[in-house]
Amino acid sequence: MISRLKDRVAPAVTRRRLLAGVGALALAGVLSGCNVTFGATKGVTTQAHEEFRLWYGMAIAGIAVAVFVWLLIFWSIFRYRRRDDHIPKQTQEHVPLEITYTVIPILMVIVIFVFTVIVENFVDSNPTPSGAVVNVTAYQWGWIFQYAHANGVTVRTAEKAGPTLLPRSYFAKRYPTLTLPVGETSRIYLRSADVVHGFYVHSFNFDRYAQPGVTNVFSFTPTTTGWFPAQCTQYCGLYHSEMLFNVHIVTDAQYTTWLKNAELHPQSLTGATSQPTRPGPQ
Amino acid sequence: MTIAVERTLPIPAEEHGPTGLLKWITSTDHKVIGKSYTITAFVFFCLAGLMAMLMRTQLASPDNNIVSLHLYNELFTMHGSLMLYLFAGPFAFGGLANYIVPLQIGAPDMAFPRLNALSYWLYAFGGLIMISGFLTTGGAADFGWVSYAPLSSATNTPGAGPDMWIVALVLTGFSAIFTGVNICATVFYLRAPGLTMFRLPIFTWNMLVTGILILIAFPVLTAALVMLWCDRHIGSHIFSVAGGGVPVLWQNLFWFFGHPEVYILALPYFGMVTDILAVFSRKPVFGYRGMVFATMSIAALSTSVWAHHMFTTGTVLLPFFSLMSYLIAVPTGIKFFNWIGTLWRGSIVFETPMLFAVGFLIVFLFGGVTGIILASPPLDFATHDTYFVVAHFHEVLFGSAVFGGFAGLYYWYPKMTGRMLRNDLGKASFWFMFVGFWLTFVPQYWLGLAGMPRRIAEYSPLSGWTLLNRISTSGAYLLFIAVFLMLVNFLLSFLKPVPAGDNPWDAHTLEWATSSPPPHHNFYWIPPVRSERPLWDHNHPEHTTIHSHMPANSVRAATSTVHSGPGVHPDHGSRSDFRGEDGDE
Repeated sequence: MISRLKDRVAPAVTRRRLLAGVGALALAGVLSGCNVTFGATKGVTTQAHEEFRLWYGMAIAGIAVAVFVWLLIFWSIFRYRRRDDHIPKQTQEHVPLEITYTVIPILMVIVIFVFTVIVENFVDSNPTPSGAVVNVTAYQWGWIFQYAHANGVTVRTAEKAGPTLLPRSYFAKRYPTLTLPVGETSRIYLRSADVVHGFYVHSFNFDRYAQPGVTNVFSFTPTTTGWFPAQCTQYCGLYHSEMLFNVHIVTDAQYTTWLKNAELHPQSLTGATSQPTRPGPQ
Repeated sequence: MTIAVERTLPIPAEEHGPTGLLKWITSTDHKVIGKSYTITAFVFFCLAGLMAMLMRTQLASPDNNIVSLHLYNELFTMHGSLMLYLFAGPFAFGGLANYIVPLQIGAPDMAFPRLNALSYWLYAFGGLIMISGFLTTGGAADFGWVSYAPLSSATNTPGAGPDMWIVALVLTGFSAIFTGVNICATVFYLRAPGLTMFRLPIFTWNMLVTGILILIAFPVLTAALVMLWCDRHIGSHIFSVAGGGVPVLWQNLFWFFGHPEVYILALPYFGMVTDILAVFSRKPVFGYRGMVFATMSIAALSTSVWAHHMFTTGTVLLPFFSLMSYLIAVPTGIKFFNWIGTLWRGSIVFETPMLFAVGFLIVFLFGGVTGIILASPPLDFATHDTYFVVAHFHEVLFGSAVFGGFAGLYYWYPKMTGRMLRNDLGKASFWFMFVGFWLTFVPQYWLGLAGMPRRIAEYSPLSGWTLLNRISTSGAYLLFIAVFLMLVNFLLSFLKPVPAGDNPWDAHTLEWATSSPPPHHNFYWIPPVRSERPLWDHNHPEHTTIHSHMPANSVRAATSTVHSGPGVHPDHGSRSDFRGEDGDE
């Protein structure tokens, strides 16, 4: 027994250093993660902000749990590697310990569930719209944005969907643009004309299916002006990867001007008229 | 240290029955069928892996044109279908479980040997039908492995390929159901004397629970597929709005199958890893009963979480499915701590199976944590149908079916063939796989968080996704090398065999008490079963744990020593003798 202990002194030092190294790396990872938002976007709507805050908390909790369990695993496999032919103590159970690691996860689940429900209720609260009300119809393979309060101003994908759209860029005018006023709550009625599509705006941290037979209703309150790429995320057939659109968040004044202009010149909004000629092969 | 058990009876040199190809085709022996399943599933794994290589190559550059849009859609559909329906499930419950479960419980065969053979042939021909969709003029099915209605209607995806996909799934579905019945009956009725339910190896326990889950989940899929076929061919309108049907019903039916299916794919591998961790730590499974109850609660919860795949449909009760999904973390967490408890203060040796098993722990943990994130509806809104989800489910499914499955394959390969696999090559294969795995899938989390949708064949150079996609593709090539090394390892074991012996790992359970490979009826001798580790008790009588949780003078303790004699011959006695009699459960 004593000789075995002696054998372990030297490796123990190395192991401790290794462990310290692993810990430092993990800490560095966590800290640098704080600056880069763990890869997620803070978003440009109040709903997206709330989702981001939930993400931030869950990511920290998740990384903490993962690092804790990983350290236990790494500790076990380094510390208890076979060094001689002895048979270890045949421990089969430790009931208090087992109860502890059943109860603690249950408590954690309750906490994250409460936060989840709070955020979920906010995101799905769907307040009375003060901005645009838009009927969005997804079809194979494009989008129609029809504004309810503006004599049915309609913006739609260029009819030439298909391979002629390649190569493309996110902000090319041939993709339809959903224009929304900043600071106002806009409501979307989402439908599908054929198969299931996914209405996904990355900067809104939001995805919702457009399904035949179902009308989904949700709201956004944008906080920042700008252009944001968006795309169908639910696989919908051959040209799924080309079913893109833009979201343009503008000031209230710009929105009013745009809407007036759109009512006067509805043609200018359809992709067909503003379709640039296809650039040559790259 | 010599571990081999002394045989009391010689093994006859000749086994009766046909040999060669005829033996493979006509056999009802669970060992032959198990091997056929394992090999067939591995072939499908390699095919699906090659499809993944093509897809990753396509995605290595924006606006790439290596494959057409249509071919890409076929590729991801068939990659998912082959991996999930034809590899991950059948590899576990058709291949390894078929071979190992009867051996682990000291049975001569599965309960229904002919049904077992039928299962295999349904599966083999189902698989062939699915893959031969590529030969039809319209190509293979291209509606995704989930085939959401109404994309899967005759109008949207016409042609023979999709029909063949449906028929293939019905056939393999029946194959799975029959195997599920067989496993349950075998575990309930063919256990060796003394082998009570709470002395079953964890792998057998998990296979029993998997069998029950199969019986819950697969009939729903099979029924849904029949409905889909009727919609496509005889004019019913179950899933079409035009005829008054409800498309979202498909999603409910599919995921009512689909989520238990995820655990049908995971639980067997949990079982393998549990047994392997114990053997290579020279310790019993820590918290054995906790492990069993955790498996059962995972299975029970898995039937009430299906709509977490449908959070963004706007048609399901979000808090209920969210809470149920979160709760699965609790039994999974118990399993993790039990695994660590098994390693704790053990005497751990890193043979190849152990490397893969520990790799599974490290990999699966991260997949589990990101699963918790996805179980939160608001966070699912932000990441649904993006590469975040792709990374998550590859981490859990690749983690379990490939790391866990390869751990099991490396562990039981000596038993199945009588030959050892090369350890160095196995370790090299592991490291390629481990590094390749993180390189492939961690960038995909970032891609998903950066907004890249799944199932897109191309993306814009302006999207900023190129670098991460390139890293992911290079990782995928490392995975290719890892599998190639494994194939070389198999080949070497056939060209220059290294005999394995009966019990090369100093393992605990009954399958190692017979020869490698086992004789036709499996056992000539079975050690007395007085705990969940009969062979360990036999080989290390001074380190047993037989009475650790029983009062010393209890009736149970007295009856459980009935078979402490020189061993039991399973051929003796009536069928009812095969049941454990001390009522430990």
